[in-house]
Amino acid sequence: MGDSRDAKRVRNRLALPYLDAELPLNLDLSRRDILKIAGYGSLAAFIAACGGSPTTTTSLTAKGGAMSLGSYNTDPNSKKGTQAIVDAFTAANGGTKVKLNTVDHGTFQNQISSYLQGTPEDAFTWFSGHRMRFFADKGLATPIDDVWDAVKSNYTEGFAASIKGNDGHAYAIPTDYYPWAVFYRKDVWAQHSYTVPTTWDAFKALCAQMKKDGLTPIAFADKDGWPAQGTFDILNLRLNGYDFHTELLTGKQKWTDPRVTAVYKKWSEITQYYSQAFAGLTWEQGADQLLRKTAGMYLLGLFVSDEFKASGSQADLDQLDFFPFPDMGTQYDAEKALDAPIDVYMLTKKSPTLAANRAQANAFLEFVAKGSTQVLYWQNAPGSIPTATDADTSQYPALTKKAVQIVSNAKRITQYFDRDSRPDYSGPNGMQGFLLKFLANPGQDTTSLQGQMQSFWDSLAPE
Amino acid sequence: MLLHAFLIAMVAVWLFPLFWAVYSSLRPISDTIQRGYVSWPGTLNFDNYTTVWTQAEIPYYYLNTLVIVVPGVILTLLLASMVAFCCTQFSWKFNLIVLMLFTAGNLLPPQVIIVPLYWIYLHTPIAMLGSIDISKFSFALFSDNNLLYDQYIGIILIHVVFQTGFATFVLSNYMKTITKEITESALVDGANVLRIWWSVVLPLCRPALAAMATLLFTFMYNDFFWALILLKSSDKRPITTALNNLQGQFFVDNNLVAAGALLACIPPIIVYILLQKHFVAGLTLGSTKG
Amino acid sequence: MANTTPSLAPVRAQEASEAGALAATRRRRRYTLLTSHDKILIVLMVGVPLTLDLLLIWGPTLASVVLSFTNWDGIGSVTGENFVGFKNYQFMLTGYTLFWPAFTHNLIWLAWLTFIATPLGMFLAVLLDREMRGTRIYQSVFFLPVVLSLVVVGFIWELQYTPTEGFINNAFGLVKSGKLIDWLGNPRINLFAVLVAASWRHIGYIMILYLAGLKSVDPSLREAARVDGATEVQTFFNVVLPVMAPINVIIVVVTAIEALRAFDIAFIINQGKNGLELLSILITNNSISEASLVGFGSAIAVILLVISLGPIILFLSRTMRTTA
Repeated sequence: MGDSRDAKRVRNRLALPYLDAELPLNLDLSRRDILKIAGYGSLAAFIAACGGSPTTTTSLTAKGGAMSLGSYNTDPNSKKGTQAIVDAFTAANGGTKVKLNTVDHGTFQNQISSYLQGTPEDAFTWFSGHRMRFFADKGLATPIDDVWDAVKSNYTEGFAASIKGNDGHAYAIPTDYYPWAVFYRKDVWAQHSYTVPTTWDAFKALCAQMKKDGLTPIAFADKDGWPAQGTFDILNLRLNGYDFHTELLTGKQKWTDPRVTAVYKKWSEITQYYSQAFAGLTWEQGADQLLRKTAGMYLLGLFVSDEFKASGSQADLDQLDFFPFPDMGTQYDAEKALDAPIDVYMLTKKSPTLAANRAQANAFLEFVAKGSTQVLYWQNAPGSIPTATDADTSQYPALTKKAVQIVSNAKRITQYFDRDSRPDYSGPNGMQGFLLKFLANPGQDTTSLQGQMQSFWDSLAPE
Repeated sequence: MLLHAFLIAMVAVWLFPLFWAVYSSLRPISDTIQRGYVSWPGTLNFDNYTTVWTQAEIPYYYLNTLVIVVPGVILTLLLASMVAFCCTQFSWKFNLIVLMLFTAGNLLPPQVIIVPLYWIYLHTPIAMLGSIDISKFSFALFSDNNLLYDQYIGIILIHVVFQTGFATFVLSNYMKTITKEITESALVDGANVLRIWWSVVLPLCRPALAAMATLLFTFMYNDFFWALILLKSSDKRPITTALNNLQGQFFVDNNLVAAGALLACIPPIIVYILLQKHFVAGLTLGSTKG
Repeated sequence: MANTTPSLAPVRAQEASEAGALAATRRRRRYTLLTSHDKILIVLMVGVPLTLDLLLIWGPTLASVVLSFTNWDGIGSVTGENFVGFKNYQFMLTGYTLFWPAFTHNLIWLAWLTFIATPLGMFLAVLLDREMRGTRIYQSVFFLPVVLSLVVVGFIWELQYTPTEGFINNAFGLVKSGKLIDWLGNPRINLFAVLVAASWRHIGYIMILYLAGLKSVDPSLREAARVDGATEVQTFFNVVLPVMAPINVIIVVVTAIEALRAFDIAFIINQGKNGLELLSILITNNSISEASLVGFGSAIAVILLVISLGPIILFLSRTMRTTA
């Protein structure tokens, strides 16, 4: 599988929204380079805003008619956002009727394989990374090079690379992304005069202080199994670096490696500060602990703001802030790596109506590639940052601006454990279960657990 | 006295989870958060119900359940009573093995057959002959994608086939109590078997059919698995499966989830209260009249 | 056969044995009554449902067995190259870390229902099987959860168990004191938390079945026992229970099948991981998942099938005797 390496070279540039297109694809940028390029940001943005909007050709897209869309956006904010996009598309595209099928996140993901093989909708919401390439390889997604050619001027090369299949074709339109970081409430921190920790020791000291102050230092909620993977990702990135992390997740390194042992060892130093009964809490309940000021920090994606918006007030949302995960004192701190998954729209292959509706589906993909569309979605779901270069960033509140900034500062970007590794390995029967086992007794000698992780990997059928 | 004290205590334990769900569903989440989860209420109202009723489109999903369960129950009773009639009123070589196949099939865990079943559903062509539309609701005749997959009739079919096993077993036990002389004399009078089944035997089975209908209604109403796997479109899901969408939709508002769950179980509770006699008879027919 | 072994309904068994004596002559007579038209109708009336049953239940069952020897991923068609022999089974039994936990959980489920929930249901039935005030109301209450779907049962009990918002931890002050019990997340206790919820439903079911059995016991037997000076407990164990042997078999089978079919509650609570692994869920999580390991999932399905055949055969052999 050569894809992860290619992806790595380009992923590190995802964060450079206004990157000059002439840069060679495999250039490994130093931190200084990035700072230099960042300086061009405003000018490039100006140029993009003037001439960046995609051109439409008559044969590629069509107005009116009908199409269908499968969506996993059931959370109240994202559901509203998706509906808003669909309505705006219908209005803008000569009344194209969009049949929207919304299935809850968990079911949608579990059944994606049978869904795509059955009679799926024309377009569907999905994730970039390995999870996109997996279904492209199986022939269950339609390449969209024609649409991509029409809209690619609106994207940086980092995004361009994130939607390429192993065969080099474009398979998706990236529409939003969100960084993972440590979130907190400014008012709670001001009350206790906490300061942002930049080192591991400072982080632990802060946890100890919070505990003394009667707070749950770190909100943690792993009933769904996947949230714990975010902590594994960041610790492994900080301790062992981006290369090791991606190789580990794609089977080129062993789970029995002492470097993995080190991750668990470090992790066990902070588990005492976690929410009680975390294995029975959903991520929303974890977010509630932060929202209701019982917890001091929460390592999660920017989508935590969606829960603040849904269950709290605008005042609560204004208090939300975050900092990048602290340095661990290794050479890899300089990578400033983090998870910043990209969400995409794709076309299915087996939709019975796709052949007839392809032009409408194309028009829809072009529509969601517009900055204005993505901003519309973001207004409903503030945890999803638009990906298009022509997105109007002037309305961004400080939180979103900072999120863009932290991704820009990162030299290495990963998609998240369950998007970078194979689905059978990251799922409930695989790493979700293993990490819960580790967390049930973090002080344990992890040798046998790591052995199980490796033998589970070895047992999986070759892809 | 001791006995009653014990039983009353048990009743309290039994009803408590339901009571708690009802209590939670009547409290606005703000009240719960402000006063604590276990606390005296500041306000009690039906707001959660109205919210769920409209936002989660509960009536629409009731309708989905209805169009699956009603044909499902009727067809199951027809097919099962035919098989039971033929197997009990006439002696032929294979009637025992047929009864066994039906009964055993109903006892299999559904997960054992789901993957090949899914494949069959994806590869069975079904005619598209239009649909019956009532505003947003559309019942396809008999498919809207040329397949059995993702269709109301697909779910009806698997319910019918799966439950025919159970119903055949129960009805054949019941029909054994009908003397064969009746069938025989009808045959002598020149009636054909279809006629005898419909006008002679079925009327005699009325109590058993009523009991089975109540029971099958509940079984099909409460199904979660078939609809979860064999339907793709969320707008075709019956209420029990649609409930799965509810948790994500309302974040951590457990009071709303409670209201939704209770709305979903009102129809079977009504059926139970109204038809309790039949309900219990149905269950016990299967086990005691062997 | 009917008169040599205990049958489920003693009264009818007698009829059956009388009928058996006449069977030969009757059979001949009856066939002469049927016209060929009738015979075709019978073939159709049995044939149509039977074909559907074979196609949609037994065909897939056999197909699952075949698929268990393949590494098919559910995409495209199965070819000769997909056949991998016993590899799935070998891995399941030796390499797959979740198989034995799931197997054990199903066993615990079975043991719990058999030794706790079922006896409790029987106990309630015995208590309520008498002329007393309110017995109907008591029965209705205990039976009420049986009509609820397991999904709803799962939701209702989550309101009790959820660590920070649930009733139990709040009512006992565990939230305030910070000593939360993780009813659903702690792999040592969550299975039992779920079993309590499942029993809530199971007990009422068993109670009703057993009550019906008790009603069919000839009252004169009890009367005779009482005349002989037996206590109520002695009467139950020495007189009633032996007569109830057939219904006891049914209850054993119902309990076993329920334990093997356990799926919905665990799936609703956390998709069956972290202590709630069950065979039925492993099948689903492997076969119908993003990775779609159909071959391997089918191997687990075959194991579940083989185990299920035990109670199924027991049931058939008991219930079909009187039919023969």
